[in-house]
Amino acid sequence: MKTVTKKILALTGNEAAAYAMKQINPDVVAAYPITPASEIVQIFSKYVSDGVVDTEFVPVESEHSAISVCVGASAAGARIMTATASQGLALMHEILYIAASLRLPIVMVVGNRALSAPINIHCDHSDTMGSRDSGWIQMYCENADEVYHTLIAAVKIAETANLPCMVTMDGFIVTHGMENVEVLEDGEVQEFVGKRNPLYSVLDIENPITIGPLDLYDYYFEHKRSQLEGVLNAKKIIPAVIDEYNKKFDKNIPSFVEEYRTEDAEIVIVAMSSAAGTLKEVVDIEREKGEKIGLLRLKVFRPFPHEILREKLKNVKVLGVMDRAETFSTMGGPVSIEVKAALYPLEKRPLLQDFIFGLGGREFTLENALEVVDILKKIKKEEKVSEEFIYIGIKE
Amino acid sequence: MKFKSWKDLPEGAIITNVPTSLGFKTGDWRTKRPFYYPEKCKHDLLCWLYCPDSAVIVKAGKVVDFDMEYCKGCGICVKVCPHDALEMKEEEV
Repeated sequence: MKTVTKKILALTGNEAAAYAMKQINPDVVAAYPITPASEIVQIFSKYVSDGVVDTEFVPVESEHSAISVCVGASAAGARIMTATASQGLALMHEILYIAASLRLPIVMVVGNRALSAPINIHCDHSDTMGSRDSGWIQMYCENADEVYHTLIAAVKIAETANLPCMVTMDGFIVTHGMENVEVLEDGEVQEFVGKRNPLYSVLDIENPITIGPLDLYDYYFEHKRSQLEGVLNAKKIIPAVIDEYNKKFDKNIPSFVEEYRTEDAEIVIVAMSSAAGTLKEVVDIEREKGEKIGLLRLKVFRPFPHEILREKLKNVKVLGVMDRAETFSTMGGPVSIEVKAALYPLEKRPLLQDFIFGLGGREFTLENALEVVDILKKIKKEEKVSEEFIYIGIKE
Repeated sequence: MKFKSWKDLPEGAIITNVPTSLGFKTGDWRTKRPFYYPEKCKHDLLCWLYCPDSAVIVKAGKVVDFDMEYCKGCGICVKVCPHDALEMKEEEV
């Protein structure tokens, strides 16, 4: 008889994030509530009130203040977490860059939600895509279980790389959807995250430092290059920490990408977050019919794993890229633009079709996913792409 | 001046050899300078207290000199002096 040692809880994405935060037991959490991520810190504040965590919880008056508290506390050498979404992340914008360039680890959960206007509370990726060049690591999770495990790993990734890290999940679809989440014991989490060893601390009076000083044409350029080096290092740290996590806890969470039936695939769909679940279903349906099709889920968008994509997609005939955000560049969504750039050095590149879908929480149905596949099959047959981008599921 | 390579800069753009402000001579920003009349000075040290650049040199409770390497000519000392012991004059080269 098999002994069951794994503990499984029924949790929403928000509850899973709060539960992971409880077990991580950060030194400081500063946050301001915003739909659909409010619950995370609401639940966490209960842990604080009940005395089950030692965290200094700072309820602030805005997201700008929340992230500013996080920056200050992280500069003091503490372990910091926060959560936000949409307009809240947009309000944090200027401080996001400061956190990253001061090399301050902060782990932030984001419930992906559309940006105004028109005002909308539902899922798309316009919020985090808006901060893609801020220097933060960005990890997009497919479901609540992945959010839980990725958050724990993200603490170690951020604190090893000395970079802030966003762990995102689709608003409402994952934040409010209840799923089975396999959780660890408190002690296991504590042992894994260990103790933070900060790059510097403003509270170290034996070694006084100045942080964030004026830096003009003489060294700003060099400091940006140095920051890039930190991000390049993070590209090694991310898979190393995820590997360690998977081995230790017998898990299989992806680091940069997840491949689903991509072996010998002639058609590959690149997608992020929860839409991957629907697309896996369609891949199964099409594989059943003999179509050589697979899915490549992009989990880490920053730093961008262009080397991996170039290697894995070099022999693909047709590529469909799913974008849950608009760039208004008139050349498609952010994911497709970067995937195109990643594949540019290849001598023979796949035909690539960008699909914009799900803006403002528009449901991405199985029918929509099948429509995507039909278009890709047509492109494969005709050997040409005729549209720069296609809006899937829109009322024409 | 020899500049450092980006590889030799501390991560996070921090400054470790503090206080570097001592090496940053702000005196060359000046277009006007405070002119001191010692006979009118009552040594109440308001100029010393208000000077943002610590450019008023005080010894044994008395104003003895002005550090013109750091005085950026803001005129605050002149403004706060109740005894007209200081006056702003055009900088002469």
